[in-house]
Amino acid sequence: MSTQSKSEPVFQMKDVIKIFPGVRALDGACLNIYPGRVMALLGENGAGKSTLMKVMTGIHRCDEGQLKYHGDDVVFRSSRDSRERGVSIIHQELNLIPELSIAENIFLSREPMGRFGRIDWKTMREEAQKLLDLLDVPFDPSTPVGKLSIGVQQMVEIAKALSFSSQVIVMDEPTDALTDKETESLFKVIRQLRSEGKGIVYISHRLQEIFQICDDATVMRDGRFIAETPVYQLTEDDIIEQMVGRSLEEQYPRIEVETGALALEVKNLSAPGVKGISFQLKEGEILGISGLMGAGRTELMKALYGANAAQSGEIRVAGEAKQIKTPAEALQSGIVYISEDRKGDGLVLELSVSENMSLCSLKRFQSAIGKINRSREMDSVQHFIKAFNIKTPSAKQLIKNLSGGNQQKVAIAKGLMINPRVLILDEPTRGVDVGAKKEIYQLINEFKNKGMSILLVSSDMPEVLGMSDRVLVMHEGKITGEFDRQEATQEKLMRCAVGKAA
Amino acid sequence: MTEKTLRSGALSPGLTGSPEHVKSSVSKFRINKDFLFEYKSVIALLIFMVAVSMISDSFFSTNNMLNILRQTSINAIIAVGMTFVILTSGIDLAVGSILALSGALAATLIGMDFNIMLVVTLTLAAGAAMGAMSGLIIAKGRVQAFIATLATMTLLRGATMVFTDGRPISASSGAASDAFSFIGSGYLFAIPFPIYLMAFTFLAAWFVLNHTRLGRYVYALGGNEAATRLSGINVDRIKLAVYSISGGLSALAGLIVTSRLASAQPTAGNSYELDAIAAVVLGGTSLTGGKGRITGTLVGVLIIGILNNALNLLNVSSYYQLIAKALVILLAVLVDTRSSRQS
Repeated sequence: MSTQSKSEPVFQMKDVIKIFPGVRALDGACLNIYPGRVMALLGENGAGKSTLMKVMTGIHRCDEGQLKYHGDDVVFRSSRDSRERGVSIIHQELNLIPELSIAENIFLSREPMGRFGRIDWKTMREEAQKLLDLLDVPFDPSTPVGKLSIGVQQMVEIAKALSFSSQVIVMDEPTDALTDKETESLFKVIRQLRSEGKGIVYISHRLQEIFQICDDATVMRDGRFIAETPVYQLTEDDIIEQMVGRSLEEQYPRIEVETGALALEVKNLSAPGVKGISFQLKEGEILGISGLMGAGRTELMKALYGANAAQSGEIRVAGEAKQIKTPAEALQSGIVYISEDRKGDGLVLELSVSENMSLCSLKRFQSAIGKINRSREMDSVQHFIKAFNIKTPSAKQLIKNLSGGNQQKVAIAKGLMINPRVLILDEPTRGVDVGAKKEIYQLINEFKNKGMSILLVSSDMPEVLGMSDRVLVMHEGKITGEFDRQEATQEKLMRCAVGKAA
Repeated sequence: MTEKTLRSGALSPGLTGSPEHVKSSVSKFRINKDFLFEYKSVIALLIFMVAVSMISDSFFSTNNMLNILRQTSINAIIAVGMTFVILTSGIDLAVGSILALSGALAATLIGMDFNIMLVVTLTLAAGAAMGAMSGLIIAKGRVQAFIATLATMTLLRGATMVFTDGRPISASSGAASDAFSFIGSGYLFAIPFPIYLMAFTFLAAWFVLNHTRLGRYVYALGGNEAATRLSGINVDRIKLAVYSISGGLSALAGLIVTSRLASAQPTAGNSYELDAIAAVVLGGTSLTGGKGRITGTLVGVLIIGILNNALNLLNVSSYYQLIAKALVILLAVLVDTRSSRQS
């Protein structure tokens, strides 16, 4: 595909190890970026792609490993440092200020100066115009960025990268928010950059794009380097196989439970981010929800929970049609949702363990005059602390002082306190260390044993396969696959998750 | 005298009403850095009282103490409502205007020979309704509290001017005027009646914040609105409640002011919101919400009250008093931001 044959890498990362508290985020990652070629960087959610890019651009410092730029060892002090030395990254969320013009954004913090510290607007506009011409962007440099479409904003980011005379440009999921037409013009620009000898890293979940635009593909899994292969030697199946690996260790303590009556039935549900969803869930059943980031899984769960307003469709709990427009109504119907984002909307960090745990069910502990019966509340909290083996010096400890795993257990206990019929767990083991993970799996099994119905949303495919009785796969807000436990494989799930029919 | 002060200080309400998370450090009762930080405002208050008593002999007289408490009661009652609001990470600038308008309403009703209980009930209800208006704009209109209450502040001040025609309304005639004057000027067991009102307000607020669902939800909402919403709690209703409480308490303060002066002034309560906010912040409540205690607010209002009193006793001119007050507030907040950055 490329006009240029493989030469020495312009940027090389070798055996990079990065350890976060409790996690080996990178465990021997490698990446070569060649001038005049586009390198795809592939892997599941959490495989370490973003961490690797952050190590590369100086946002994180690696614990071990070698970084070579133009053949010399290099460590960037900050993302600003890396950018000034010609390594730019264009993040998924664009870093532009909507109120400022294109030119102002491109030259932010290094505006060309005239005498007396005044900004030399003329030079700035001319330079910006040159960059825009190069990229074929038909907008005046004085246009406010907020008035541009996402696709054009992306071009502005690229123009900004070029203004640093970048040799290496990383694009993290650049087409996620683009229309087909915008994607096409982005590809045109990438091809042009390639012909100018730039080294490009292209991160995307859309496998078709890899074949359209990339020359080589590096696959990562669990923070490790798996393979670097020229794209023309690959098929989609090869890539999927490399991404998911083949070993599925028996680390999931599955149990078999006789399923009971229908607990939840969803018919043709549409809500922000999800379209036409139908499925059923029985008592004592774990239904895994798989898919890539942004597939609409959390949106679906929030719609079921009444946190996002459903636009159409029907939700039946235990055979009864329910109007669920607020979380309070969901709780009343026996549906509880444990958020994926503990710090964002799961827990109140400034409150204690007990105050967090009882937040949904305070009504139960209230006396006739409206006083909370603290000792009854405490009894209930202590019961869960014991049952869930939550490690905290006391129930009065502020929740922010607990480890991720113990915070998660408190969050689950909070949901359990209302005695739910349907328990929705959104990424219950994210940011949780291995030991606590296993404990959480055992808890989930206990609930299942008691006849609770569980929706398990997870980006961790082995987890979904290991725990679920059935698996639904989502892609772009729709269900693209449904599998029984016996027939589900990582390859099949991945295929549906990237929107390729099973 | 110094020793006596310290002992009585240790029994001050600032220590008795501590919430559960800090009790563990108190039970050990080790005076370490954490302890000093936790009680820095109480400590500041004590040091301050000792210092003033050394300069002025009349400071520690019973008369002066009661005087301070009576003068403080108005700001204290408003600051209690402000504490609720600020704990939800809001702000209520309209308290002074609510005070004025409800005061004018009370004086008018007294002049119309209304029964005293009816006057009090109607006035408090009117104040709560005015607060609810702010709450409604904030919760349903999704307007920032600062802007929403800036608007209601201006609106209600204007309404007061229209209602009073810019002139004071006398509350000294009418069937219930004697009973009315008791609210602000009466004594019960040799203690001014407003002090009872203040004490009752603090006790009620302490109960609500520490022992009821509403109190728990106020902290939760200020700590993390999204998580509170997702816990099935009607966040809008909490917001409506705190602004109504703030409005009702402003009306109570309005009753005291109007009763004491035996007339309602159209400009009454001007800039009272600033003293109330200052007291809440001095008491260690975080403006970002979710963190703080009603006992802290008590300490905060006492600091401001004693500061005012001391500067008067020391014959400092009122111009310099403003500067001194500003410096104390600034100092307290600077210490606070530094400590929260450290943790």
